[in-house]
Amino acid sequence: MTRKEFAYFFLRNKKVIFAMCVLGFLTFLAVVGPYISPYKDPLAFVGLGYQPPSKQHWLGTNTFGQDIFTQLVHGLRTSLFVGLVGGSLATVIGLLIGFVAGYRGGWIDELLMMFTNILMVIPTLALLIIIAAYLPYRGIFIQSLIIGFTAWPWTARAVRAQALSLKTREFVDLARITARRPLKIIFGEIMPNMMSYVFMVFILQFGGAILAATGLDFIGLGPTRGMSLGIMLQQATLWNAIQLGMWWWAITPGAVITLIVATLYIMNTGLDEIFNPKLREM
Amino acid sequence: MRDALLTVRDLKIYYRTLYGYVKAVDGVAFELRDGEVLGIAGESGCGKSTLGNGLVLLKPPMKYVGGEAILDGKNIMALSQKEIKRIRYEKISIIPQYAMDALNPTKKIRQIVDDLLREHNSSFEEKRELIEERLAIVNLSKKVLNMYPIELSGGMKQRLVMVISTLMNPDVLVADEITSALDVSTQRSVVQMLYEMKEKKAMKSIIFITHDLAVLYQIADRIMVMYAGKVAEIGPTEEMVRNPLHPYTKMLLASLPKIGVRFVNERLKGIPGYPPNLLNIGPGCRFRERCPKAFAKCEQDPPIFDLNGRKVSCWLFERGDER
Amino acid sequence: MSFLVVQNLTKEYPLGLLGKEKLKAVDDVSFEIERSKIVSLIGESGSGKTTIGKLVLRLLKPTSGRIVFDGKDVFSLRKEELRDYYRRVQGVFQDPFSSFNPIYKIDRVFDMVFEEFLPEVKASERKARIEQVLVSVGLNPSQILGKYPHQLSGGQLQRILIARILLLDVELLVADEIISMLDASTRVDVLNLLGDLKKRGMSVIFITHDLSLGYYISDEALIMYRGSIVEMGDTEKVFRNPVHPYTRMLLESVPEVGKKWDLRERFTPELIGGDSASCKYYDRCPIRERHCRTAHLQMVEVEENHKVLCLKAGA
Repeated sequence: MTRKEFAYFFLRNKKVIFAMCVLGFLTFLAVVGPYISPYKDPLAFVGLGYQPPSKQHWLGTNTFGQDIFTQLVHGLRTSLFVGLVGGSLATVIGLLIGFVAGYRGGWIDELLMMFTNILMVIPTLALLIIIAAYLPYRGIFIQSLIIGFTAWPWTARAVRAQALSLKTREFVDLARITARRPLKIIFGEIMPNMMSYVFMVFILQFGGAILAATGLDFIGLGPTRGMSLGIMLQQATLWNAIQLGMWWWAITPGAVITLIVATLYIMNTGLDEIFNPKLREM
Repeated sequence: MRDALLTVRDLKIYYRTLYGYVKAVDGVAFELRDGEVLGIAGESGCGKSTLGNGLVLLKPPMKYVGGEAILDGKNIMALSQKEIKRIRYEKISIIPQYAMDALNPTKKIRQIVDDLLREHNSSFEEKRELIEERLAIVNLSKKVLNMYPIELSGGMKQRLVMVISTLMNPDVLVADEITSALDVSTQRSVVQMLYEMKEKKAMKSIIFITHDLAVLYQIADRIMVMYAGKVAEIGPTEEMVRNPLHPYTKMLLASLPKIGVRFVNERLKGIPGYPPNLLNIGPGCRFRERCPKAFAKCEQDPPIFDLNGRKVSCWLFERGDER
Repeated sequence: MSFLVVQNLTKEYPLGLLGKEKLKAVDDVSFEIERSKIVSLIGESGSGKTTIGKLVLRLLKPTSGRIVFDGKDVFSLRKEELRDYYRRVQGVFQDPFSSFNPIYKIDRVFDMVFEEFLPEVKASERKARIEQVLVSVGLNPSQILGKYPHQLSGGQLQRILIARILLLDVELLVADEIISMLDASTRVDVLNLLGDLKKRGMSVIFITHDLSLGYYISDEALIMYRGSIVEMGDTEKVFRNPVHPYTRMLLESVPEVGKKWDLRERFTPELIGGDSASCKYYDRCPIRERHCRTAHLQMVEVEENHKVLCLKAGA
């Protein structure tokens, strides 16, 4: 695909454009939100409790009088951070292990795949709970690491399959009989062909990490300090926000998480249509 | 002369792309007679497969632009979805080029056949005898019916598709490059099996598409040579091979290697140059840039001239014989 | 003078879960190639012809046996020796589309040759040399350079790969089914090109399933069946006087314009053979006898420079 064609299909794909806009807006909110919010600390008690959205409190307040908008933008920051770090880590580990297994083959492949399969059958959430519960202090960075280190197996498997198929392509043989060094073949011939795929994997991992973090937060194993969308959700449930009719508290964090993850999936389908000529709409 | 079973007139099937239309089949006209094997030959990109597939199943990005293909009194290119569904398979069927991929891998062969037949108001049980008889022709045992597609080799799958696609005894069967991926010995047996199926009335007529003129010579009654989306020449096989009219056909035949000719003694000649890009192509004979006999008139589209049953689309034959 | 000697070459692949059964893709193959000769390796799919090509190019390791090029065992070559080997021995593969990395412009295959083998050539001279080799394979450089692989046809891509070889003074070319993806009108030209290169001193291992192409271009022919060479020798002799029943069957099934098959005849070549018989062709053979099952097979010389692996060759 030439650059021109890529640009053409990219700019014509409504799904990708839509997803980029939504993600851009959310990122903007996460970056700028804390500065435009009238309140600095998401945990500070800044007003009366039980307030619906108003001029003072754009998204209302919770039971204790904390500002929901302030919590939301801080939580969004946390979630995107976890998605970025956890998702990147899972992608990188999966890419490395999957690539080495697929490219080298033989017993290295068998060993790495055995390891991958073992991690795959252990329920990730259970593992996360155990690890998280043993840590006395949990920050969002630690949480991202935990997620990253447990979410890579399926990526590894998928990347391995790609590497297996790419290494038998004739342009790799051609590079070999051109006396190209193995490292140059890997980074010059094979890797660039996987990039579009890896990018799509990263997007899925990004969304997956956000969901995993929310799950941990929700059962009380989130960051011990700070704010996240999962913690907001947990507190809203804990303090019966729905029963008390505080929809602004109950719905907002869940809606934002859903929006992020759904947007990422839409983006992925859109990218698939761009990269895969068979799915391209004419 | 036998009756025409399928009459194609000025058929145009284009591909829509980013940059415009690729005129893959551009004003093709021919008739398929009852009981004959019509071979369609041509190089890759000449539109032969687009034509064959388009007649049976028009899928995007293929686009029917104009002309007609009359089968059984109806233009099959302009039918409603419902009518096409009925006619396809019952009246006109295809053995696709990648027959190996045409079978649903999660079902047993018997189930695949049954599903297909039920769509056409029949069933496996009703056709059991016929199925077994046809399987015998292609040298497959009854056991394959209880197998999954993955248990069969590529060659077996292809022969199975030959059987499945002709169970309703269609009038017209399109065989699209069915021998190209095969070894020479298998090639021969597949051609012979197809011939036997036709003898046993599995289909009335065959459109046999291949790039290999030598294979076509073995089975086709008439040959249609296509070049760059257009008909170059149509004629009876033997006459065409002995006395080709169109410069393209001549050069193509001359380029074929045969036992007896060796590089050290005699140098065969290819055709210099490449076929034109069919994207937004303008008027004029499409072979003119590679043609040693091109002259001023070739800047205009040549019509198809009729020379006592032989048809050729070349200005050299404007007055009936070669100028 | 033979400058490539293949001795008892065997390549096995493990089959099944534990790998106890072995598939012999190449089974004890020996042959020699002289300078300025084209040798055809002819066989159906699964005959092991492609595997031999890959072994010669060192893309695979043999299970046993040796390939000796210019007096040196090819598999003992290291670093600079290996680079030197590839400077003299090159390959062109079957699928021109898959031979180019789809994300780069086609110029890259030339650039890589200069980077790895001819770093001393200056940038300005590189361009001139690339254009020169493109012209000599019948391509117009301005229509080719700067394009992506998918913008060119198979025939053009295949010629580019041959042009790539011309940058180096290659002594042996492994051409693996390089014609099969090309159209009739252009493949003869590629064949002729190989013939011209031969006249300039290059040898070619021409791997093909198409007997008529092998006959047209090659000086010697090796007919392969399931990993073994069953008949070999001077092309004219092998094709004019085929002795092995397999060679005969192949020749009979070559389609040719002007020679019609009898379509009513039943012709069923695809039989699945067992491995028990010592002659691999035993199950398909029309002239087999009981002792073909057990007797030890050996290449027999039928006439000068024409050998066959068949017990009934003398009879």
